[in-house]
Amino acid sequence: MFKRTLLAAALACALPAQAAAVSDEDLSKLRAEFDQKLKDIQAAYEGRLKDLEARLAKPAVPVEQATRPSTSAANPELSLILLGSYAQRKAGERRPTGFLQDAGIGAPARGFSLNDTELILAANIDPYFRGLATLILADGQASVEEAWFQTLSLDHGLTLKGGRIISGIGYANEQHPHAWDFADNNLMYQTLFGEHLVQDGLQLKWLAPSDTFVELGMELGRGEAFPGSAAGGDNNGAGSWAIFGHVGGDVGEAYAWRAGLSYLGARPQARESLLVDNGGVEASTLFSGKSNTWIADLIWKWAPDGNPKARNFKFQTEYFQRDEAGDLTYDTASGGANTPGAYRARQSGWYAQGIYQFMPHWRVGLRYDRLNSGSLDFGANNTNLPVADYSPTKWSLMADYSPSEYARFRLQLARDHAMQGDPDNSQISLQYIYSLGAHGAHKF
Amino acid sequence: MFIRFIFLTLLLTANTANAALNVLACEPEWASLTQELTGDLARVTSATTARQDPHHIEARPSLIARARNADLLVCTGAELEIGWLPLLQRESGNARIQPGRAGYFAAADQVRLLEKSGVSDRAQGDVHPGGNPHVHADPRNLLKVASALAQRLTELDAANAAVYAARNQDFQKRMAAAIARWEKEAVGLRGVPVVVQHKSWSYLAGWLGLKVVADLEPKPGIEPSVSSLASLLDRLKSQPAKLILRTAYHSPKPSEWLSERAGIPALELPYTVGGSAAAKDLFGLFDDTLAKLKGALK
Repeated sequence: MFKRTLLAAALACALPAQAAAVSDEDLSKLRAEFDQKLKDIQAAYEGRLKDLEARLAKPAVPVEQATRPSTSAANPELSLILLGSYAQRKAGERRPTGFLQDAGIGAPARGFSLNDTELILAANIDPYFRGLATLILADGQASVEEAWFQTLSLDHGLTLKGGRIISGIGYANEQHPHAWDFADNNLMYQTLFGEHLVQDGLQLKWLAPSDTFVELGMELGRGEAFPGSAAGGDNNGAGSWAIFGHVGGDVGEAYAWRAGLSYLGARPQARESLLVDNGGVEASTLFSGKSNTWIADLIWKWAPDGNPKARNFKFQTEYFQRDEAGDLTYDTASGGANTPGAYRARQSGWYAQGIYQFMPHWRVGLRYDRLNSGSLDFGANNTNLPVADYSPTKWSLMADYSPSEYARFRLQLARDHAMQGDPDNSQISLQYIYSLGAHGAHKF
Repeated sequence: MFIRFIFLTLLLTANTANAALNVLACEPEWASLTQELTGDLARVTSATTARQDPHHIEARPSLIARARNADLLVCTGAELEIGWLPLLQRESGNARIQPGRAGYFAAADQVRLLEKSGVSDRAQGDVHPGGNPHVHADPRNLLKVASALAQRLTELDAANAAVYAARNQDFQKRMAAAIARWEKEAVGLRGVPVVVQHKSWSYLAGWLGLKVVADLEPKPGIEPSVSSLASLLDRLKSQPAKLILRTAYHSPKPSEWLSERAGIPALELPYTVGGSAAAKDLFGLFDDTLAKLKGALK
């Protein structure tokens, strides 16, 4: 009733001044018409309401779903990783002798330090796509660690991912630092990629329609990240490409495994790496050429009855071989001219680790890293740069305690012989990892 | 001739592929329920067993491969499987089983959930703000879930709609009769004070009228510690209980520890299908649960 008067009032106001001249009869006619329309609308509404009620009444509990709050209902899901550590070690760099690695890798921090703070936003964009971004927050800067879309409805076992993606090669590559089983990266991934390989590009994965897990994937990327380089990525077409295959399954209820083989190709241009030259001076080198990397990985997990909550064991090993050929320019820091030369290297390495959760909350782990300098030839620069026959190795022993799924404290002892002549045989790290918010599940 | 042969083979293989729905249940209770409704019309497997904690499953390669080929996922929902199911769905490359599609069925959406807090403060432990997801422990919920599931099966496989409807009707009849029998048998359990391990038992307690006086877990999802058990032991002196209940997937240590000191029996109930030798299907599950409860109180 109130609505109706309101409407009439609105109508009266809305009528232009000359409408006042309209006769009462017209006005009452108009009003009758309006009343009729309003009644029609009301009737239609009531009908629809009744329909809706009837439809809602059919399933046992209709309204329930709409009112159900949930953490994953927050759109987008938000999570934050807090990571910090205290480390005791000798000062300075610790580069694996005889290996070219990303010049951006600095010396690890000593004493108290705040590590990467990760902010993760993820959501299903619509029924067809999912999106995720991981931002790394550090003093004075934020970097985009990954930012991608993923298809949800290509079907036929196909998934396309695009944007900045963490490459699917190897096993440890897809893990973020907070998911590592040790306080630091293994030597293999540190040498190959710095932290892990991130591609700006596309990834297509196909899962075979078999009972055994068989997954094939390929990636095309910009090729800007090590073993590529910024200059190598600056071209039309792909600067790096990868293919990988994984197979996996269960053995009985208690065991699960996955094995894989991956290949990564890149064409770096003027890629910078730091090497200590024969004069003991840290020199910059620039490499242009071909870089091919093969990785084999194997994961074996055990849990009594397949129930990992109380006790479980995980064995993980990976092996790589990297072939690089091209030109390497040795930048004599001592004022002399840059000396170019041919470069050819075939190097390999591996690590193996076991993590045992022996009771709820508590885990211990042991890791062994080894790199083989293999065949290394600096051509004309053999007189300047060391062609050492040295195999970097490292032992790490860790114990961690997780009061809940969302918190972990870790103590790690390591003997690091990555750098020749500078064995740092007592590293101690203490670390905390906290996960806030709707943190997504970790992969196998 | 050759082409006809190929065509025929294709037709036949396509037919065999379509002959049965491929159903992946997240937990054994839903595998069992789906089997009741489908009979031979579906190939049903369960992603987990009764000895596995459904909160803490890893998205193993074998599970991803099974999700890849599933026409229908029958899960609990209400965030019970939040630690692994979303990963299975995303990694499967299978559009049919994505959330919101007909190929994803959540049992908890069909019933009224207990213990809805709406609060997701993890200081309260590993809580499910949307409510307690362990709904199957009250068999009356199974009736509602079965009807909704039969409807979903019809949606996916309209050709066999009559079979699903008939099998559902048959299940409803048998289950309703069984519930009446169980309720009669369980009259003596009403008001019996119990200590539970995790909130797995809220629905069973609600149905049978058991009185939950304490939880072994200091907070939901947090493993009991010696100190938390000691304070619980203290509490039991003023508020005595008659039984300690745990599932087949829980470690027996905390309940045995308390049982020894408090002098009350610790009881492992099947919790789901396959949780004991007698719990071969949903009927066996409750037969055995009631037998064990009554046996322990004698």
